Formats: sequence, structure tokens, C-alpha cells
Amino acid sequence: MAEAQVQTRHIPDRLQSRGSRLLKSWESLLVVVAILIFVANSLASPYFLDPWNLSDATFNFTEKAMIAFAMALVVISGEIDLSVASIVALTSTAMGYAATQGFDTPALVVVGLAVGLACGAVNGLLVTRLGLPSIVVTIGTMSLFRGIAFIILGDQAFTEYPAGFSWFGQGYVWWVFSFEFCLFLGFALLYAVILHMTNFGRAVYAIGNNQTAALFSGVRVARVKFTLFLLTGLMSAIASICLTSRLGSTRPSIALGWELEVVTMVVLGGVSILGGSGTIGGVVLAAFIMGMVTFGFGLLNVPGIVMSIFIGLLLISVIALPILYTRLRRRMGH
Amino acid sequence: MNMLLKNREALLVVAILALVALVTLRFPGFVQPANLGRVYNDTSILIILALGQMAVILTRCIDLSMAANLALCGMVAGLINVAWPGLPIPLVIAAVVALGAALGSINGLLVWKLNIPPIVVTLGTLTIFRGTIFLLTGGQWINAHQMSEAFKGLPRADLFGIPALSWFSVLIVALMFVVMTRTATGRAFFAVGGNPHAAVYTGIDVGRTRFLAYCLSGALAGFAGYLWVSRYAVAYVDIALGFELDIIAACVIGGISIAGGIGSVPGAVLGALFLGIIKNALPVINISPFAQMAISGMVIIIAVAVNARAERRKGRVILKKAEAH
Repeated sequence: MAEAQVQTRHIPDRLQSRGSRLLKSWESLLVVVAILIFVANSLASPYFLDPWNLSDATFNFTEKAMIAFAMALVVISGEIDLSVASIVALTSTAMGYAATQGFDTPALVVVGLAVGLACGAVNGLLVTRLGLPSIVVTIGTMSLFRGIAFIILGDQAFTEYPAGFSWFGQGYVWWVFSFEFCLFLGFALLYAVILHMTNFGRAVYAIGNNQTAALFSGVRVARVKFTLFLLTGLMSAIASICLTSRLGSTRPSIALGWELEVVTMVVLGGVSILGGSGTIGGVVLAAFIMGMVTFGFGLLNVPGIVMSIFIGLLLISVIALPILYTRLRRRMGH
Repeated sequence: MNMLLKNREALLVVAILALVALVTLRFPGFVQPANLGRVYNDTSILIILALGQMAVILTRCIDLSMAANLALCGMVAGLINVAWPGLPIPLVIAAVVALGAALGSINGLLVWKLNIPPIVVTLGTLTIFRGTIFLLTGGQWINAHQMSEAFKGLPRADLFGIPALSWFSVLIVALMFVVMTRTATGRAFFAVGGNPHAAVYTGIDVGRTRFLAYCLSGALAGFAGYLWVSRYAVAYVDIALGFELDIIAACVIGGISIAGGIGSVPGAVLGALFLGIIKNALPVINISPFAQMAISGMVIIIAVAVNARAERRKGRVILKKAEAH
């Protein structure tokens, strides 16, 4: 979306020091917001600061956040994947079907990961081979994947999972730390390394900033993008394994509307929806913020739909406020 | 023949005729004029919404909040009717069209004045609008018996043997056709989407044009809100949930390029009709309604692939080989 306004850019006499840049960064703003919400929550409800309650709260966001890490990379590369929630549904349906055929837990996981990868490959091929815009492709596959789940399940549900399968969503590694939360931390670290410390990560930024320039500098644009769509498929499958195991049942409407929450998390985390910038740290903070808001409101008996208003306002205001602030400063003559 | 293949609308007409023929093979009654009229009537609301979405997409934006806007305006129409049952229906419609336009203008202002990406803005307002319905009603439903007869009767009112709902959509199609092809604003939608920089040099305010497109889509969503609630005679928080994707799908099938600047009123109407025919045909040819979602997904992907082939050859592609690896 190219902007037509002629922009005058102010070039400073000297660059900002590292410290002041850090203070002004998006991530520090998120840290402040997170602390404010944490304090407000602990003042508002006496039950908030209980370690087990906090541990329960993490289930609100860990599964979505795992998808959000891969989504962040896709968005940084200038694409988007709106089919993630449908991949979760189709993966869950496939695992449910396999479970009724008597597959054991490891086999179910393999089935889940394979279906997720296949869905990601479909998206990736359509975007890279046929050169179609990802927003339309994934709106299409969003219908298609969940549609297949509906064809298989109709108004039925799969509820027969082997006993060991429940550990992924309900097991604890140590004290209050659930398997899901540890997985979330592990993936946060892994994706931070991939994005910020590898050639692959640099290629993702390069593609997002200027795809043509990236192509000319030898980045295999199509291959990188295909890999990114495979990754979102894979992460959706992993989230699906956790979610299915936690709920113990599969309906075709499972994870309905998650794509919007995942995109919100990514954008809130400071990833530019136009591509080219963003960090995993920001996404992690955004995940905590959204999880804490949902949990805090839940303790206060606020209905879910009111929380979604708050998330919507948060999404728009965290983007609008810095813009308004800079504009105000410029008007004041700075 | 070659002309026919290159013309998107003609191609779509052929596809629709083929679809109808295919359905008729299994169920001859489908092609009866009365049934086709019913299918059109059932698709009317989608047509109206697709035309609003078209205006927004033409300017390189997107409006994900249309279905939520529809639900909010529909609920407000219902609340007005419950509070003042005697109020003339045209006034109710005027109120919700104004409300819809106002909600759309929020999207437009955020995109215009703050330069926030449209997908982010409408993703946010989508949840806010729907949440507002809950705040207004506390989750209560408005049921058929609470609505006045005039309120429920208007979409069904018969004029020359055709329900008013169909007439409304015909009217909107005609209006939109005039706006898009015969007014400066309509042409500006195309200019802004086709090349924003060139549009600036021809004296078009890009931001303001986008703002107007959002007001238009909002107003149409508001109108559709009344039609939806009065037709189905029920209003609750989740009406038209997820319908924004059907609207975008209709546009994509109708050949409106998501990259902006390409599209037409007939295209959007045909795209909506294509989806409407599939939706109405599945039950009569004994395909489970559960298959509808997967089929519309396939149709979207095929449509966008076909359209993309037509749009390519805009410039010479160099370095194609390098990209393929």
C-alpha cells in the first residue's frame, strides 16, 4: 500500500545513543503497558497474584502465541496467513479421526504435524508458485481447511483420545510450569534466534523491506516465503495438538476466530503489518499483555465479548497514540 | 471468442450459466423462474454489501468490519423499533444508514488522518462494533414478536410479484453503477487504487477518497443491517458472524483486484450471485450443507488464480528464472 503523500523527513544532526533508543522503542512501551496491567490486576482482584492462578492464566495465550511467532515472520516478510485457525481445526479433526482408528499418542502427533505442514505447503505453493496475494489465498484456504473439517465432522465431535495424549495440554513440567508454557518459552527463544541471529532471519527482513532488492542481492525469495508458510502450518499444528489435548475433544468450530487474535498479537507486538520490521520480543510481550488482560477481566467476571472490545481498542490505540504524540510534538515546535 | 475469454464479467456469466446447468441436471426445478427469483432475493443482502466492499477494495483498502457494522446497525434498528413501534420505517432506515456511515467514517478517519493500515483498523473496529452490541443489549435477543408488523413486513412487501428486498438490491446496484461510472468520486476510487501517486498529481485527495469509500461501505452495511434483521426477524450479538469473509469472497470472485484499481459493479454482483447460487443449490442436489464452506474456499482460490492470470502482463518480468528457484 504505497502512500501518496509527499513526506518531508527530518534528518538529525547526530544519531540517538543506544540508551535513549532503547527507552523510546516499542518494546519499552509494551513493558510499561504490561507492568500497568499487572499492577491494575493485582489491585483489582486479590486472587490475581496466586502462582497457580497465574499459571492457569498462561493457557489463555500460549497456544495463540506459538502461532503468533511464525505469523510474525510471515508478516515481517510482507505476507499474511489468515488460515491458521482453520489449520488448527483441520489438524485437530485429522488427529481425532486417527484416534478413532486406534492410533497411539506418538502416531497422533505425527499425523497432526503432517497435516499442518501439508496445509502450510498448500498456502506456500499458491503464494510462491502462482504468485497470488497471500491475503486472498489464505482467506480461501481458511474456508477450505475448516470446510474439510466440517465435511468430516458435520455436527459431530471426536472425543476419544488415548490417555497419554492429555499430557500436552494438561501436564506440568515442574511446579506451576505447564508443558505448554515451557513449550511457549522454548519457541520464543528459538524464533528469536531464527529471526535475529541467522541469515534466514535477515532474509525475512530484506524481503519485507524490498522484495526486488532482496531478489537482486541473491535472496531466494520464493523459497524463504514457502518456508515461512510451512512454519505457520507447523506451529498451527503444534498449537492444535496442545489445544486438542487440553480440551479433550474436537469440533469443527474449534479455534474459531483465532486468526484475528493472532494477527492482533503480532501487530500489538510492534510488527509492521506492511512488513520489514518487528521483533520476537515484542510479540512475547504482546502475548503476555493480551493474556493478562483476558485473565484479569475474567477474575472480575467481565464477559468475553467486552474483553474483545478492550483488545480492539488496545490494538488501535497503541498504534494511533505514538503517531498522535509525534504529530503533537512537531506542532509544538520540536 | 478471444474477447469473451478476456472479459472477466463474460467469463463469470459463462461460469454461472455452467453452474446453473450443472445443478439443473440433478434437479430440474432449480431453473424455474420462481426459484431463480428466490435465489436472487436470498443473495440481495450479499450483493449490497459486496458493492460497498468493492468501493473500499478499489482504493487499495479493505473493510473487515462490514459484518460487525451490519450487526450493530441491525440491532439498533431493532431497538428503535422496540422503543418506538409507531415510528415510520423510512425513518428507521435513515437512522441506521446514518449510523452505518458514521461507523464507517471512524474506519475512514483512522486510515486517512492517522495512516494506520486498513487491515489493522478494521480488525480493531470489527471487535469493537460487535462488542458494542453486547454493551447495548447485555446479550439479550430481539425476537420476532417484539418487532412491529411494518418493520418485519417491508422486505417481504410485494411489488410486481417481486419482494421489496430484491427491489432494494436492484436499486442499490443501479445507484452504485451510476456512482462508479458517472461521478467524479466514483472515478476517483479507481484512480486512487490504480496509482495513488498519479492520483495525487491529478488533484485527487487520496486519503479523503478512501474516507468516502469507507463511509459508503458503512452506509450500505447499515442499510443491510435493517434488511437482515427485518428479513430474519431476529437480532442478537452474533448475526452475520464471519460474513465479512463471504463479502470479500464475492468481490474476489467478481474480479475485483485486492491490489486495488480493478473491478466493476457487474463483476461484484455476479461474484455475489455465484456464491448465492452455490449456497442455494447444495441442499437441492443433496450435497451436505457442511460442504458449502469447503466449496466456497475452493471457488475463491480458483477465482483469484484466474483473475491473477488476466492481470499479469502489466510489465515485463525480468529475473523470472532466479525467482523460480
